Order: sequence, then structure tokens, then C-alpha cells
Amino acid sequence: MQPYNNSIDRTIDKTDKKNYKFEYKMTVEDLDFWYGDNKVLHNISLNIIENKVTSLIGPSGCGKSTFIRTLNRMNETIPGTRMDGIVKLDDINIYTDIKDASKIRTRVGMVFQKSNPFPKSIFENVAYGLKVNGIKDKNLIAEVVEESLIQAALWDEVKDKLNHSAFMLSGGQQQRLCLARALAIRPEVILMDEPASALDPISTAKIEDLIVTLKQKYTIIIVTHNMQEAARVSDYTAFFFQGDLVEFGQTKEIFTRPKKKKTEDYITGRFG
Amino acid sequence: MTKHFHNEIEKLKNKILHLVAMVEENLQIAVKSIIEYDIGQADKVIMSDPKVDSLEVEVEEDCLKILALYQPVAADLRYVIAVLKINNDLERIADLAVNIAKRTKTVTRHPDVEIPFDLHDMLSITVEMVKTSVDSLVTNNTQKAYQVISEDDKIDDHDANAFNIMQKQIRINADYSEYYVSLLSVSRYLERIADHATNIAEDVIYMIDGEIVRHRSDLA
Repeated sequence: MQPYNNSIDRTIDKTDKKNYKFEYKMTVEDLDFWYGDNKVLHNISLNIIENKVTSLIGPSGCGKSTFIRTLNRMNETIPGTRMDGIVKLDDINIYTDIKDASKIRTRVGMVFQKSNPFPKSIFENVAYGLKVNGIKDKNLIAEVVEESLIQAALWDEVKDKLNHSAFMLSGGQQQRLCLARALAIRPEVILMDEPASALDPISTAKIEDLIVTLKQKYTIIIVTHNMQEAARVSDYTAFFFQGDLVEFGQTKEIFTRPKKKKTEDYITGRFG
Repeated sequence: MTKHFHNEIEKLKNKILHLVAMVEENLQIAVKSIIEYDIGQADKVIMSDPKVDSLEVEVEEDCLKILALYQPVAADLRYVIAVLKINNDLERIADLAVNIAKRTKTVTRHPDVEIPFDLHDMLSITVEMVKTSVDSLVTNNTQKAYQVISEDDKIDDHDANAFNIMQKQIRINADYSEYYVSLLSVSRYLERIADHATNIAEDVIYMIDGEIVRHRSDLA
């Protein structure tokens, strides 16, 4: 199959109509990725715009989750994988300029599909990232925990039971706790791999509202199977298919008049 | 789910085509009634309008249902939005056909007085514009749609011309003022119908290309 990348305008005009300028927070150039001998990403080039939400859509197995993992070197935790290409955070090549992958993950945080709180108290869950990064000042930790829980829109629900086990929270609350945990280390970019797919509509709406609020401070990249979700929360959308980036552009354009027939077929459910 | 959705779109397509056929027929009969001074035909148009109205409501309800239940995107979204708007234009065209039919009754009282402007040309251009605009919808043809848009100025000129002529005629022959005012109204209705045909054409272009071409003077 021919890669689509050559025909994709990944640069997006840096000034919009109101003359508002934006910067690329992350840039990906010619990224290839293999599981063993199986090449699953083909020559992906994509720029992530600062303080915007970029959603990655595509059918199962299209490579979107693999792609998002390469943005904070989570792929390195999977044995037998190999990558080629450049991933930059600002001007830093995250694979060659930084030795310790965990340093990248403090700047590029991640929230997963299934909420995965630690078997600790609510407070300890959020404080965990600070403690492992060597912060000992208790007042500072308490302050950051509160601020993170407020940002994750969970504070009012848990402020009186911070010492309770995180497992006592509902699924939607656990997911927001994981978000608070990711926010506590003050990342610049937040990666979300289907953060709302296991949640009921009300919890989903809370997560989606949060995403839109958080983009003022963070750059957000979200993988989602839910096309309406991508349409609701994101500013830019990238459509992946069989390891290729088929189309990338403003969400409002992708969902009203996509340029590629494949994108059109996928989002209108005429696939096959 | 997708299958049900595509069935709904198909059903909507059939309904709007049915409406197209009804409106086109009513317009043709209204035009015939005024050319042939045939009150019987005029009554036929007036009587059948409620059917158009109820089908228009049905189409709108179907569009709203599809938007609420399936949240269509891309070409599907553009299709439903275009149908929603075209539906409204078709219903207005049918109403204007009724207005023309009503004026037939006044005009028919004076078969001996010559119609002082080129009503026939105006009628045939307008009917052709409506036909071409709905053709562009049925055959997904933007070329036809652009053709409709470019015709609209001719009707505007005819209408402006009719206005000037009627003003003079009423001054000269005040006894026939009711007759002339009716004819002037017909001219105005035709001008409105041509505008609705233009709207339909513009919505067809949006539906196919995703481009909004309204308010663009270079197309006229």
C-alpha cells in the first residue's frame, strides 16, 4: 500500500484568520514503527500544535495507539519493538537528546483507557509522582495534590476522604483521579488513550469538559474510537488507516468536508 | 446501526424526490392556468397545496430525527442539511404557485386586454430554473446548479421591467388597475420562485462540494 504522507499538508498555516499565531509543541518526522518484523507505522509526519487538542481516529489496528505511545517513549516498555524517525518536544529530540525516558514522561504525561489507580489512598495516588521525583516538602505536596484534584474536577467529591482507598471511587472518578495524578507532575503535554471509552455518558461529559478546559494550560493528544467525541473535544484531527496517516486537518473541516475519500468513508461508516 | 442510518437516508431521498415532483407539477399547472386563462387548473393547484405542506413537515421531521439519532458527518451531514433547506424552498415555491393560481382568477376577467410585458418568457425561464435546480439535486450535478444561479439576473431584470411598465399602464388606464396589479404580483411571485430555485442550486453545490457559494456576485 502506498503511504499517503506525501500528499498531506502537516504544516497547517501558522496564522489563522484572526492573525493568531501558534507554535508546534511536538513534531514527528518520518516515523516508522515495527512490532518484530511487522511494520505498523509508515513514514508518519505530524505536527502537534501547542494548547490545542489533537485527536487521533481510525479503525482498530490502524496504529493510532502505537503512535501516541511513541510520543513519550512508552513504546520502549514493549519488548521486540523498533522505531525509526524523529520525535521532538519543542526542539528536543526525545529519543536522542534525553537518555532517561522517565524524564520525558514527566513532561509528556499519559492517561489510559482503563483507569489504573495504585492500591493507595486518593491523596497518595496524586502525590506519588511528586514523591518519586524527590519532592519531600509536605506543604508543597498537599498544595499540588489539591490543585491537581481541582484541575481534574474531582476535588469537591473527594476533599473529605483523601485518605480513603482510591478503589472506593467510581469508574469515572477513578479516571479523573488518574488525570489528577498525571497533572500533579506538571506535564506540558497530556496523552490520552481512549480516556472515556469505559465511562457512562455523564462521566464521559465530565472528562470531555475537562479536556476542553485543560487545553488552556496543556497540549492534549487523544486517541478515540468515538468519532463524536473527537468532533466535540478536538481542534485538529488525524485519521490513521493501516499504519498510514491518511488525513490531518482542522476537526471542523474533517467532519464537514474531508479531503480524502477514505476519511469520508470511515467517518460516515461506509467502510469496506 | 450504519445500515439503519443508510436506510433512513434512502427514505429521506425518496421523500424529497416525491416533494420535488409535487412542487414541479403544481408550478407547471399554475403557469398553465394563467397562460390559458383556466380557472379549473388554478383551483387544482390551490386544492393540492395542503399535501405539499404535510409532506414538507414530514421531510423536516425526518431530517431532525436523523440529526438527533445518528449525528451524521461529512457528506451525510451536508446532505441532510441541504435537504432541510431545499425542503423549505420547495414548500415556498409551492405557496407561490398557489398565489399565481389565485391571481389567475383576476387576470382571467380581462382576456381581451393584452399582457403588456413578456410574461411568457418570464414563465418559461422560471420554470426552467426550478426544473434545472431540482435536476441538479437529483443527478448531483453542480454544473446545472451553477447554470441556475447565472439565470437569476434575467428574471430580476424582467421583474424590474414589469414594474415600470405596470406603473405607466395603471396611470394610463386606471379602470384596469386591479388587473395590472395582479399581473405585477405574478411577476413578483415568479421573481421569488427564481430566488428559491437559486437557493436550491446553492444548497446543491454545498451538498456536493462543501462550499458555501451564497452572496457571491461573481456567479451571477
